[in-house]
Amino acid sequence: MTATTAATAGTPSRRMADNPWLAFAVRRAGRLLVSLWVLVTASFLILHLIPGDPVRAALGPTAPASLVAARRASLGLDRPLWEQYLDYLQGVLTGDLGSSLGSSLPVSRIIGQRLPATLELALLAFLVVVALAVPIGAGMGVLTRGGRRRGGELAFSSASTVLGAVPDFVLGVGFVYVFSVTLGWLPVAGRTGPPSYVLPVLALAIGPAAALARIVRVEMLTALRSDHVRTARAKRLPAWQVNLGHALPHALTASITLGGLLLSALVAGTVLVENVFSWPGLGSTIVSSILEKDYPVVQGVVLVYGAGVLLVNLLVDVVLSLLDPRSVIRES
Amino acid sequence: MTTVAPGALVPLTDAPAARGRWGSVLRTPVGIGAGVLLAAVLVLAVVAPFVWGDQAEAVDTDAILQGSSAAHLVGTDNLGRDLFARTMVATGLSVRLALTATLLTVVLGMLLGAAPLLLGRRAGRLVTAGIDIAVAFPGLLLALFFAIVFGVGATGAVLAIGVAGAPVFARLTSTLAAGVASRDYVLAARVAGVGRFRVLLRHVLPNIAEPLVVNATIGAGGALLAFAGLSFLGLGVQAPDYDWGRLLQDGLSGIYRHPEAALAPGLAIVVAGLAFNLFGEAVAKGIGLTSATGPVRRRRTTGADEQPVTERGPGAEQPVLDVEDLSVAFPGAHGTVRPVRGVTFSVGRGEAVGVVGESGSGKSLTALAVARLVEAPGEVTAARLDFRGTDLRAGGERAHRRLLGTGFAMVFQDPMTSLNPTRRIGSQLAEGARRHQGLSRAAGLARAVDRLRSVRVPEPERRARQYPHEFSGGMRQRAMIGMGLMGEPALIVADEPTTALDVTVQRSVLDLLAAIRRSDDVALLLISHDVAVVREVCDRVLVMYAGRIVEDLPADRLAAGRHPYTRALVATVPDMAVDLDAPLPVIPGRPVDPSAQPPGCAYAARCPLASDRCRAEDPPLVADADGGRVACWHADEVAAGAADGELAAAGAAREEVA
Repeated sequence: MTATTAATAGTPSRRMADNPWLAFAVRRAGRLLVSLWVLVTASFLILHLIPGDPVRAALGPTAPASLVAARRASLGLDRPLWEQYLDYLQGVLTGDLGSSLGSSLPVSRIIGQRLPATLELALLAFLVVVALAVPIGAGMGVLTRGGRRRGGELAFSSASTVLGAVPDFVLGVGFVYVFSVTLGWLPVAGRTGPPSYVLPVLALAIGPAAALARIVRVEMLTALRSDHVRTARAKRLPAWQVNLGHALPHALTASITLGGLLLSALVAGTVLVENVFSWPGLGSTIVSSILEKDYPVVQGVVLVYGAGVLLVNLLVDVVLSLLDPRSVIRES
Repeated sequence: MTTVAPGALVPLTDAPAARGRWGSVLRTPVGIGAGVLLAAVLVLAVVAPFVWGDQAEAVDTDAILQGSSAAHLVGTDNLGRDLFARTMVATGLSVRLALTATLLTVVLGMLLGAAPLLLGRRAGRLVTAGIDIAVAFPGLLLALFFAIVFGVGATGAVLAIGVAGAPVFARLTSTLAAGVASRDYVLAARVAGVGRFRVLLRHVLPNIAEPLVVNATIGAGGALLAFAGLSFLGLGVQAPDYDWGRLLQDGLSGIYRHPEAALAPGLAIVVAGLAFNLFGEAVAKGIGLTSATGPVRRRRTTGADEQPVTERGPGAEQPVLDVEDLSVAFPGAHGTVRPVRGVTFSVGRGEAVGVVGESGSGKSLTALAVARLVEAPGEVTAARLDFRGTDLRAGGERAHRRLLGTGFAMVFQDPMTSLNPTRRIGSQLAEGARRHQGLSRAAGLARAVDRLRSVRVPEPERRARQYPHEFSGGMRQRAMIGMGLMGEPALIVADEPTTALDVTVQRSVLDLLAAIRRSDDVALLLISHDVAVVREVCDRVLVMYAGRIVEDLPADRLAAGRHPYTRALVATVPDMAVDLDAPLPVIPGRPVDPSAQPPGCAYAARCPLASDRCRAEDPPLVADADGGRVACWHADEVAAGAADGELAAAGAAREEVA
């Protein structure tokens, strides 16, 4: 009897134990749901955490009380908190994020208009980061392994430290000065055509690329020292096959966790870079909305940025689990 | 995920940090530079308002929005105020706000991070879960969120940046604290009834203070940049106050007319950010918080370079492997180290040769050098290095790829780490054959399955599709051996193939190696510290000590070795007759440090027969009448048993094993 109960009760967990992938997916989905819930709740609370009355703050001290009351009612601020919360949750689930206080446009439409520009910027910057960091970092790893080429190593680490420490918006201003003001090669601001993408994308990408290249190099050095790379050399494979086929995948797998953090920081970095280049994306929108105290828009954009980061983190975990089957098991 | 806080520097070793190292950090070039830079920024932050304060506020309507000139180094703003003075004065506010925010981060982060210690398990776990969710978001996004909540302005921005940095710092604190909290003295304090808060203050915090301070320094750089960012966006410092971010924003709008106005504050932000960052990282490196190892310097060779004469040993007519005067050198901190010195031996067709010696005797390195797997900065030299009649020294690595790839098999010590964890076993086995013998993917896999079967891996078809982590240790070592059989090996070099395995599995792996040798006429070079294993599997044994072969003799005559070290090694092997109550016999003394070779016989310091000649002159390896070789001035005495009493007493000295 006891045995039967135990067996029945143990079935789901046993199935999970048998299939680490299933357990991994369940755990990952659970964490994503909790994080999304925290995000939505935090975005809801923006209106309620602000000291004082957000409507009064938005309309100014001279606005008539009747207008304030009407605006409060339209935002639903006169209803009980839990009711507002449920309303908000329902709105988020159905894609209704309210309307802008300034333009009265639906927030979802504003986001729909602005999101593509930000997405383009982030994705292009990400591609540039990977295209620069992986070959440079891996190449430097191969060239400087076992303490070779000390000079090259010093040059690389100084350059990457300095580049990695320059914040993207300052780099953007410097780029504008050099390439737009002095050389006149590229547009100073706006999103007008392919040339206008160059500076924002580079400003966004170079810092993370320098940081990622450093990580990739260190991981490459570790991989090149590892026993299984020695085995690959003992198979007398040509150097490129040892480096690209055995060491690099390992170095990349090890770089992904930190690389993912850089990538989600890149999503946030768009806020500053968009403001340098007057880029018509979510970054300029959220800053102007904050300054105009247009809270529904602020809430909506915060949600989008947060969800973007969670999506990036999820992708990183999935890619990691595909590249390194052990990570799935190690986690359980 | 239990990753450490992103970008955080954590100690590698758990040795308590020595205070003196902070001083030594300041003596490195980077440390000095970063220290001077940081000091300059801090001094400027205090002094600048007094020096340039008046100039920065002086409105001059005749000099509005000017470019740089002798009077105004960086030009003027829209009220004609001097921008150089304003940039300097802004140091004060920028640094002060950044440090205030950092302080908030540190206090909040430490409280949150210590929560699991202070609150007990359940509440602590809740806090940890919250931190886990928060660290998933980039700091800038958190700062933006809190800036909205706390309101636009300098105070709001300080709170926002301070709070936004807390999760990462909390994660760092809890990671470090967890490491300390499980140590004996903390557990002892808890058992003794010391309160949680007191344990934290007295025992945990002091031991994690150093990495926390370092990370806080780097964090201050981050806060400075974040503050500049918020002010640049117009969410931080508000007019009439100004910091660098504010000045940058003002300058950007007029960048066409006078770019200096934007470049000067931009440069200031970069320099100040770098000062905090570099200083923190220099200290971190100095006190050993990163994995970076100190540079290995090449220096001229120290010690005697001339090698003692070595006579060629016995071997079949056409040896599979013929090695003469093989040496391996590495650059060390105090000159070149030679862990292998003038090794000469050969391995005949189908012969099994064992190499024994204590750890550090150079036996594994000899195997790697013979296999041409020693990488720079290691340097291999030899008077002869022939494999199947081909001189391996001639030509590059490319020249012998096919010969070695098909005929020279390696089996490494640790099968857990020697297989690529991310590739299926079958494809790892097939890889070499596909490259060197041009097999197709299918043919390669078919051969891999066949070889897995021949090394007695059950269900080879299924196993070939599995990853190494799905194999047991013994199975992995079998797969490694199978990998070596993919070509037509003439020689298998097995470096401690059974050391990492369970005793029960060792036997079967050894049997497998012996069976392969018999059936395929493959020569075997078996490196092991285990005299019993070598005596059983091998025909001939090379005894190595301090990088040299000291004796070369048939395996069945090991007990009658003519070198005192051989005798001592054999005496340490327990057999069935050993008195189990007596302590295990050990060889007294320690192996020689390869970086400090004595001038004479390396074994002299531990040898009961050592004479003045032994200490002055290294004995050559000379052939004897029985076909063996020995390097000892007193070999005849050992053989004659003249010193048996002494040897027995010393070699099998029954020391207490600690």
